[in-house]
Amino acid sequence: MTFINYAAREINCKIVYYGPGLCGKTTNLQYIYDRTNPSAKGKLISLATETDRTLFFDFLPLDLGTVRGFKTRFHLYTVPGQVFYDASRKLILKGVDGVVFVADSQEARIDANIEALGNLEKNLKDHGFALATIPYVLQLNKRDLPTAVAVDELFRQLNFKGEPTYEACAPQGTGVFDTLKAVAKQVLMELRKK
Amino acid sequence: MADFLLFDEEFHLIKDVISRLKTDAQAKVVFVVDKNGQQIAAQGDLESLDTTSLASLTAGNVAATDGLAKLIGEKEFPVLFHEGERDNVYIAIVGQRVILVVIFDEHSSLGLVRLRVRKATQDLEKIFETIQRKIESEKDRKDLDSPFAEITDEDIDSLFRE
Repeated sequence: MTFINYAAREINCKIVYYGPGLCGKTTNLQYIYDRTNPSAKGKLISLATETDRTLFFDFLPLDLGTVRGFKTRFHLYTVPGQVFYDASRKLILKGVDGVVFVADSQEARIDANIEALGNLEKNLKDHGFALATIPYVLQLNKRDLPTAVAVDELFRQLNFKGEPTYEACAPQGTGVFDTLKAVAKQVLMELRKK
Repeated sequence: MADFLLFDEEFHLIKDVISRLKTDAQAKVVFVVDKNGQQIAAQGDLESLDTTSLASLTAGNVAATDGLAKLIGEKEFPVLFHEGERDNVYIAIVGQRVILVVIFDEHSSLGLVRLRVRKATQDLEKIFETIQRKIESEKDRKDLDSPFAEITDEDIDSLFRE
């Protein structure tokens, strides 16, 4: 749910990074944070366990600049990927404008990806959204690992509706901004339709 | 889901209410956020505060507590209170949609804040009802001059140009 503030001439959108545990959602945000001009970003907040596993969410506010006289702000969130945090994961999707699904390319994580995608679809539905219509991008992360499954195979298994799909290697930043840009673009295009 | 639109008129009304609340409750900071974590308005000593993070964490806090409430069969917990050594945070839900946050220290008291928040909550509820009505009526207006109706690919690309 986009928040358009005519008084402050601001528009605020919420993007959620979703995906199985350890797929690299937090790493995506960390890279964006590291590479963004200090004046355009707020603090990166991580509610994580002592072992750096996301407990509730990571949050990064980004100012992208001005469109038609309105300051565009994107609030990026990640969810906790571990299966048993489903109650918290669902809360983060409240009021979402766009979703990035970060898939782990490793062969051993195929089932985890599929399960997480099913979980995303269900949790979106519980909030009144549909994966088929919401701005959505698929990121195939960890492409640099030797156990990574071929892109075609992952695409066949995980691409839901022909959404833009990017290969990524989040720690090095490959594909990270392409992914963000693709989802931001869809969210803004959605505003045009309204 | 409908977007949340905030217009000048209501923005100033909200500002008036929280400004009055800040004075009456002798609080340091008062702010209003929506349940999705977007800040709507703030008053007080904001210079040392990261209000964007505060808004997001407050919404996360309320969302988690809402979840807890439902698990034990409550509709919601309309009030949350966090007591610190120096500062305290009082959080109240307004009309199930918006969150009112008051930060105060030893210059005030929980009793006073609670009393003043009750009145402010009623005032805010009315304002947000008006906003809701406006959003509903705007939805039907095809001629509304939306700033995004004519947004182009180029506009969007320019946001990512460094």
